Amino acid sequence: MLMTERDRVTGEIKSLADKLGHNRTSMVPILQDVKRKYHQIDSFAMQVIADELGIHPVEVYSVASFYSFLGEHIQGKFVIRLCRTISCDMQDKDRVARQLENDLGITFGETTADGKFTLEWANCMGMCDQGPAMLVNDRVFAKVTPERVHEILQECRSAFGQHATERKEVHLV
Amino acid sequence: MNTIPTFASMDPEAGLKKALGLSRPDIIAEISASGLKGRGGAGFPTAVKWNFAASAKADRKYIICNADEGEPGTFKDRVILQDHADLVFEGMTIAAKAVGAKEGILFLRGEYTYLRPHLEAVLAKRREKKLLGKDVLGANLEFDIRIFMGAGAYICGEETALIECLEGFRGEPRNRPPFPVNTGFLDRPSVVNNVETLAWAACILQQGADWFKSKGTEKSTGIKIFSISGDCKCPGVYEFPMGITVAELLSKVGGENARAVQIGGASGQCIPASEFSRSIAFEDIPTGGSVIVFGPHRDMLDVLHNFLEFFVDESCGQCTPCRLGNRKLLEGVEMLKAGTCSMAYLRELCALGESMQLSSKCGLGQSSPCAFLSVVKNFRDELMGRTTSLTHA
Repeated sequence: MLMTERDRVTGEIKSLADKLGHNRTSMVPILQDVKRKYHQIDSFAMQVIADELGIHPVEVYSVASFYSFLGEHIQGKFVIRLCRTISCDMQDKDRVARQLENDLGITFGETTADGKFTLEWANCMGMCDQGPAMLVNDRVFAKVTPERVHEILQECRSAFGQHATERKEVHLV
Repeated sequence: MNTIPTFASMDPEAGLKKALGLSRPDIIAEISASGLKGRGGAGFPTAVKWNFAASAKADRKYIICNADEGEPGTFKDRVILQDHADLVFEGMTIAAKAVGAKEGILFLRGEYTYLRPHLEAVLAKRREKKLLGKDVLGANLEFDIRIFMGAGAYICGEETALIECLEGFRGEPRNRPPFPVNTGFLDRPSVVNNVETLAWAACILQQGADWFKSKGTEKSTGIKIFSISGDCKCPGVYEFPMGITVAELLSKVGGENARAVQIGGASGQCIPASEFSRSIAFEDIPTGGSVIVFGPHRDMLDVLHNFLEFFVDESCGQCTPCRLGNRKLLEGVEMLKAGTCSMAYLRELCALGESMQLSSKCGLGQSSPCAFLSVVKNFRDELMGRTTSLTHA
């Protein structure tokens, strides 16, 4: 990581800790913020968080690795989470999954080589009456069909091309 | 599309205004008279919970709304938060008055991040109208609510795990007792209530305990919001009185030809067609509102396989019965599907399931074998000696 980038990460974590308080209750919100901005929580960020909260970095690692929305691994700009729980399963989520894999050229748990898309399974996301459901970052798509997959991905690609830089958070609509 | 008629018919703010005029014990007495029980599924009497927290002595107390709705097949809280968030916040404010809390936290699951802007807007509007803040409606009550985002862990729906997450730890359930009503968030007394429970509390204050009690059964009073999905014509969110039979419910949603119904989500019970005359209430089949309908062509082993994969994934890994037990049950289901499971081993698995129910630390491990045990009990004739996966005509 570049020195300037390290300074930036440190500054951001510090100002967030100043705002939320230098204690453990700020841990999850800080981790969420880092993950949202940088798509990963690397060991440097964990060390800075630990310093700010006055705890050992392994504590930060322990928390970050517990939650499926956090975690140290790097993710793409768009994290696609397809629901695999029973109601979506019964509504043919397997076909949507297959088409996502086909269109992205990766399997579940992987990130595309260009760093744009990560494909993950999610457990029940509360859209059981309108399955199969999937989340693309924070946006929810209901009643996804294999035909719609291409269209959704295309929308992400165009949003990325127009607005996103490395740092800027990518939003759909 | 999915609005809930009873909630929509409520008069905004009326419940809160009434509560502000009452003394603390009177509010709890009203809730107690209504017989309201926790709508998240456990069915603990809400008034008892509030009373414990109210009588605990501490410098700070917290009202926490549990919107970490992760149980497979449950989505009523999403609809309530989308369409009736005011009622939920009103319920939290009433609880704050009853308990003596100044801070409220809405624990919203990470998967519902898209609801957050709407909820923040509702909160901002309430602050503007003086329904939240330093002096609520000039009644000498200080209370505000903030939103805390979950990070994608089913286990955080368990109240002590939720508190661990709020405090910045891994979402691993604590030993109980002490209960959160005494030693909760930051070791202060905390009331953790489901979204629906708080909304009903606001309704009860407005319409009175007798209105609430007029529906439902003696032990399970009131109306319940159900999330219905699976093989039925009209999935969605419904309100039915407590005590409704499974058959009645199915006929209302167009799922009469179901062969089984999973009630209470993955950790609930699987009810076969022969038991559809049973009623959904705390005294018979308890539920948090999740109803998943399985049509005649479903293979129950596939269903079980899906549930157990879910539990293996979501177990926090803290205690052995749950961490390893769910894995063993999953392997067992895979053996059954492949047709390689002996009857002796199936019996072992059932004994393992019973041990898990007894020895797991929290509700996840205690209830995850329920689906396995009820499928083995009710669909025994379909399980053994498989050569290919079953398909029903």
